[in-house]
Amino acid sequence: MLSYLAKRLAGFIPMLLGISFVSFMVIALAPGNPVDLMTDLNPKASPEARVKLEQYYGLDKPLYVQYGLWLGRIARGDLGVSFSRDRRPVLDKVLEALPITLMLNVIELILIVAMAIPIGIYSAARAYSLLDRIVTVFVFIGFAMPGFWVALLGMIAFGEMLNWLPISGLTSLDYESFSTLGKIKDIASHLILPIGIGALTGLAGMSRFVRSSMLEVLRQDYVQTARAKGLSERVVLMRHALRNALLPVVTLLGLSLPGLIGGAVIGETIFAIPGMGRLFYTSVLGRDYPVVMGIMMSTAVLTLVGSLLADLLYVAIDPRMRKS
Amino acid sequence: MLECVGAVAIAALLAGCGSPGAPVSDSPPAQRADAQLPPARGDAIVFGTIGDASTLIPMLGSDSASHEYAGNIFDGLVEYDKTLSTLEPRLAESWDVEDGGQKITFHLRRDVKWTDGQPFTARDVEFGFHLIRDPATLTSYSEDYKQVQSFELLDDHNFRVVYEKPFAPALASWGSMVVLPRHLLEGKNINESDFGRHPVGLGPHKFEGWERNRLFTLRSNPEYYRGRPWIERVVYRVIPDQATQFLELKSGGLDMMGLTPLQFSRQTSSPAFAQSFRKYRYVSNAYTYMGYNLADERFADVRVRRAFSHAVNKQEIVDAVLFGLGTPAEGPYRPGTRWVNDKLPSYDYDPAKARELLAEAGWKDSDGDGIVDRNGMPFSFKILTNQGNDQRLKTATMIQKRLRDIGVDAQVRVLEWSAFLNNFVDTRRFEVIVLGWSLSLDPDQYDIWHSSKTGYKQFNFIGYKNAQVDELLERGRRTFDEAERKRIYDLIQEILYEEQPYTFLYVPVATPILAARFRGIEEAPAGISWNFPFWYVPKGEQKYVITR
Repeated sequence: MLSYLAKRLAGFIPMLLGISFVSFMVIALAPGNPVDLMTDLNPKASPEARVKLEQYYGLDKPLYVQYGLWLGRIARGDLGVSFSRDRRPVLDKVLEALPITLMLNVIELILIVAMAIPIGIYSAARAYSLLDRIVTVFVFIGFAMPGFWVALLGMIAFGEMLNWLPISGLTSLDYESFSTLGKIKDIASHLILPIGIGALTGLAGMSRFVRSSMLEVLRQDYVQTARAKGLSERVVLMRHALRNALLPVVTLLGLSLPGLIGGAVIGETIFAIPGMGRLFYTSVLGRDYPVVMGIMMSTAVLTLVGSLLADLLYVAIDPRMRKS
Repeated sequence: MLECVGAVAIAALLAGCGSPGAPVSDSPPAQRADAQLPPARGDAIVFGTIGDASTLIPMLGSDSASHEYAGNIFDGLVEYDKTLSTLEPRLAESWDVEDGGQKITFHLRRDVKWTDGQPFTARDVEFGFHLIRDPATLTSYSEDYKQVQSFELLDDHNFRVVYEKPFAPALASWGSMVVLPRHLLEGKNINESDFGRHPVGLGPHKFEGWERNRLFTLRSNPEYYRGRPWIERVVYRVIPDQATQFLELKSGGLDMMGLTPLQFSRQTSSPAFAQSFRKYRYVSNAYTYMGYNLADERFADVRVRRAFSHAVNKQEIVDAVLFGLGTPAEGPYRPGTRWVNDKLPSYDYDPAKARELLAEAGWKDSDGDGIVDRNGMPFSFKILTNQGNDQRLKTATMIQKRLRDIGVDAQVRVLEWSAFLNNFVDTRRFEVIVLGWSLSLDPDQYDIWHSSKTGYKQFNFIGYKNAQVDELLERGRRTFDEAERKRIYDLIQEILYEEQPYTFLYVPVATPILAARFRGIEEAPAGISWNFPFWYVPKGEQKYVITR
């Protein structure tokens, strides 16, 4: 087991190198650089100012030197300093945005899974019944509607017309003056809309996945055997079928781990939430190479760790895997 | 305050700028009847901003939010008055211009203090001046200060600057760029300093708190030398989406924002809105134009450019794209300011005349396919513009239609901003572009029209060369006499009018909306924000209670 783990982890290194090289080249080759965006169409910016800025950021060096320098810093665990004028460490920026996105996405994922599994089981057990069809139509409506549009409708309905929920942001202006309980309530009320709408639009995929996986299992011989020996339908479904049906779901969850830190640009933009999606988007627009690379690399690491975790979870769930 | 920094022309940021201009009030007089309630201290104002600032050090900032935040914290030696025609004293009590503008002596106020209690002196300005010229300082704004030959500190409150040659934009350059507290920054590396994250200033407000990408808060500065602002707290909320901003405004989460033309004309006219908000509109200091690559022999012919200017229906563009919230542009100066040469007639929409001019230049439809041609080549080209500016795209599309009417085939191509500038504008690989400029308040436009400014990454990218314009531009920036300068820039406008190197399209209006509880607003050519420190909310109408 340990040697397996060590082998997998060692395999990460060449993969991360490859990922970092391709990412670095792609972002560096995109038209424009951070200095352009500070000086373009600004008549007060002289050519000398441009040269000075390019030297300062090390953009005058050949690309392979820039990559080498970056790699050297990464190897020492230093993500570098943002090219933006605030000159803050990349790590600070990421650590500021990450908890917000993580909190949002984890709650959202838990909600989705908590709803999708019962819905999936029900739809599979009573496949093609009226309720299955209604649920199917409902989750597909959620899936088909563009998230930003549902978000705006939700903001108009619950924020503007009913005045039940705040429209955007994470906290109220007078947040600091609240008691601890008040603060929690305040944040919670700000999270209802973004999380609710994210969960609504994400529910379809997961619930359909559980349903089809469950249907497949229910067709198996051993399920028939279980029924034949007179077990109650409940036990057949929950004990015998569900366990097997959940295996592919675990894979899916493992692979959604990088998505947890990715953040949704559109959702975060509409709800004015300063998460990872916004950070990545503005960094790409500003050609803030260190921040872009920092986020890319953390996403790459998490993707690899996610797939490893999924494999390990398999072993935990499926006794057959333990032997091999 | 709420304007984009006056001196910078950042076409990409055009849409977000509330810029100064001539006022046209939209509020019926009845709404103002109660304007005379007495001022009272307290309350807060909440602004919406699309992006967060990056640094609060004015000379390092390169985005409009940075300059807007910092504008509350710092002040300049001089500032344009509400009519935007003359400079008013601020930190400088007075100044003497000698030797035709070669020498300027500033006399500073003696009663100004930094918010940490230290007095503000000429040594602070000297420090800022040397800092902005220091090659190690990562500023894009050092050009104006490099014209200075010597800086003489006379005493703690007086100093003199000597220019190599008289430089007319010099006086206005002594704004807030060079005002920094020497006692806090001397000997530090300004680029890496954390001063830009929690600065000490001397302006109407002082820094209170900054939660990145969410909230930026300021308190009124009780020691402000022009009088403590009535409004106790100023808050900026970062809300990147304009539709969200609008919903926040409607539900009371924002007090002021810039409306889109659609929001201004269609979504904010109900009686309920008139009850709780006031809308304002004033001409902005930006314009949109169609620029021709003059290295292309088709566009080197002035008759073709004039034909295009007659073929385009500017009023139609203003009506359709801006919902009427703009005016057709005729030249590079803001309508309603004194630099505009109003003796020039406008280029009327006149397709017949356009066709005539094209025919004169040799462009006729000889093969009957509806497209004019010359020597067997049809007149066909691409109009380029940047992505993300819907108004420009719509404008280009309308131009395409009007050019087709006179038998010219234009295709519209939209490009991502950096790709557009780097791969097409900088390399001159364009035929026609639709772009915008926002302008400084000084009439000097040397960088845009002078033939020496056609190099890589310079701003005369259309390649305009006219010896007389060159000479006038040089003279204009060396002349301090206002009447003489007016004559010079009038003449430049006449030549540009004849030559049409750009087809000037339109000047948008700024359309801010403000919660009705705020009083003391005075509309002027500079807009409404010029006297922001002196706005107030009468006692009974205050919304926020400031406890700390």
